[in-house]
Amino acid sequence: MTEAVLETVPDALSAHELSVGYDTRQGRLQALRDVSLDVRAGEIVGVVGESGCGKSTLISTLMRLLPENAHVADGCVELDGEDILTASPRRLRAMRGREMSVVFQDPMTSLNPVLTIGRQMRDIQYREGISKAEKDRRAAHMLGRVGLPDPEAKLRTYPHELSGGMRQRVAIAMATLMHPKLLIADEPTTALDATLEVQIIALLQEIQAEIGCAILFISHHLGVIAELCDRVVVMYAGETVEEGPVADIFEHPAHPYTAKLIECDPGRLKQRAETLPSIPGSLPDLTDPPPGCIFRDRCDLATDLCARQRPSRRAVTPGRWSACHHAEKVSP
Amino acid sequence: MTAFKYTLAGRLMADPLAVMALLIIATLVGMAVFADLIAQHDPDAMNIADRFAAPSAEYWLGTDNLGRDTFSRLLQGGRIALTVGLTAVGIAGTIGLVLGMVAGFGPRWLDNALLFIFDTLRAYPTIILALALAALMPRGLITVIVVVVLTSFSEYGRVVRTQTLSLKHSEFILAERAMGASFGRIVFHHILPNVLGPFFILAAMNLPVVITIEAGMSFLGVGVPPGTPSWGTTLKDGFDHIRQTPWLIVAGGLPLILVTLGFTFLGEALRDQLDPKLRKSR
Repeated sequence: MTEAVLETVPDALSAHELSVGYDTRQGRLQALRDVSLDVRAGEIVGVVGESGCGKSTLISTLMRLLPENAHVADGCVELDGEDILTASPRRLRAMRGREMSVVFQDPMTSLNPVLTIGRQMRDIQYREGISKAEKDRRAAHMLGRVGLPDPEAKLRTYPHELSGGMRQRVAIAMATLMHPKLLIADEPTTALDATLEVQIIALLQEIQAEIGCAILFISHHLGVIAELCDRVVVMYAGETVEEGPVADIFEHPAHPYTAKLIECDPGRLKQRAETLPSIPGSLPDLTDPPPGCIFRDRCDLATDLCARQRPSRRAVTPGRWSACHHAEKVSP
Repeated sequence: MTAFKYTLAGRLMADPLAVMALLIIATLVGMAVFADLIAQHDPDAMNIADRFAAPSAEYWLGTDNLGRDTFSRLLQGGRIALTVGLTAVGIAGTIGLVLGMVAGFGPRWLDNALLFIFDTLRAYPTIILALALAALMPRGLITVIVVVVLTSFSEYGRVVRTQTLSLKHSEFILAERAMGASFGRIVFHHILPNVLGPFFILAAMNLPVVITIEAGMSFLGVGVPPGTPSWGTTLKDGFDHIRQTPWLIVAGGLPLILVTLGFTFLGEALRDQLDPKLRKSR
């Protein structure tokens, strides 16, 4: 799709200036600060960042599944134009599963161990007002669609009778059973081996093409993001630092963190290295984030300006921005 | 696909320990239910001429100090034991299940309050509570059941609470919420079936304990009214007349041993089958 066409497609998901904090004994931990994110209908957007950058908090906020000690300080989330953060609990329940759903990271723990697959898939359709046989038929069809052999028989099995890869297929079938407008995939391949990873990615692409849902794909694996996504959002320490089309970002990163992240990807090392590259330093204390740029302690390009002023989002090329004072110096 | 040998009952039948447990339990239950048909003597009929008889073809387990047939009396005692056991475990289990789930899902203060109650009741010695209540309440089965319920519901409550807490934050519950499941649906369709496994194991293990408490209270004279043919009163008679005959105390202990073995084996077999971590490959 060209940029002009993309502009006219409505947003499936739009998160605007989200700030979310957790109340902890050490004070309020600012897990997300001014995070903005758009996913257009039918688009696959990747979110990439290291552990602790706020990816999980982002998902919980988008689904409004935050724990009790979390507070949304600011911002709004709209799914298909409907505000999620102020929706009634009843409306919210109706939206979950139907309009938006999630595939979780670990298929070994994301299915109920004591209920059969069929029972769990019927459960998801409880609002449909159709017969049990029809629910079973739809469930079996979806299981067949995600590539499980003998889907009718699979309805009668328990999760522990299936392998990890099969379970993740079941989880994908469950999440897409109601043809949601938005599918959030929370590192769905991290717990699987590399062969399965490729299969699951291909499956997500097929499903996306078939039901036309938008996918928000969360991962720390750059290779997978590059393979699957149209656009990518880079997160660091609770902030979105860069966003743009996948190919552009990986070829010409405009934020020092993105550049370092790409350097550290073991997949692109040409020869064996004694030690794997890493970004020196560690994440800042999010209960008391430093003023200025959040990444400056670990950044080679940092100047006085970075310590004084928090960088705002600057357009780099059309459809692409970076939150760095020195964006043009990152990729010479 | 789900052939009989993959169901819980099927897997239990493949486990020798479970088969033995079920045989013992079935025999004991059968003997209690059909006590009137099996007994060759009226359990209350006295025959002073035959008192302290050793086991014989006439009196299978001998006679007591009043010449009553011990076997017939133990059959009647089985009825009392199972009635008390099942009623008390049923009531205590239900209370524990509800309070445990409430503690697991409720606000922090309610959880702490219920835990305080559970701990207090568990710390209180059963026999002391039994003696205290026996002094306040009329003597009989109701008192025995009240004592057992008061001392044992906290155990179910604690187990259910722990299970609920760990399940509440598990990923599949999060996944269900992300699919739009309501609170009631999560509690009854997803948490409850996961809690019931450990709950039934505990109930099976607890049943002989309850029966022993009944026997113990009857032995101490604070259980069933005197003259009632309970396993505890038979033991007490045997204890009082140990110099006249050893048979009475042996016969009185026998059903207690069997019921404890039967239900403990059943509990262990259930645990092996219901706990996915212990379950051997199909």
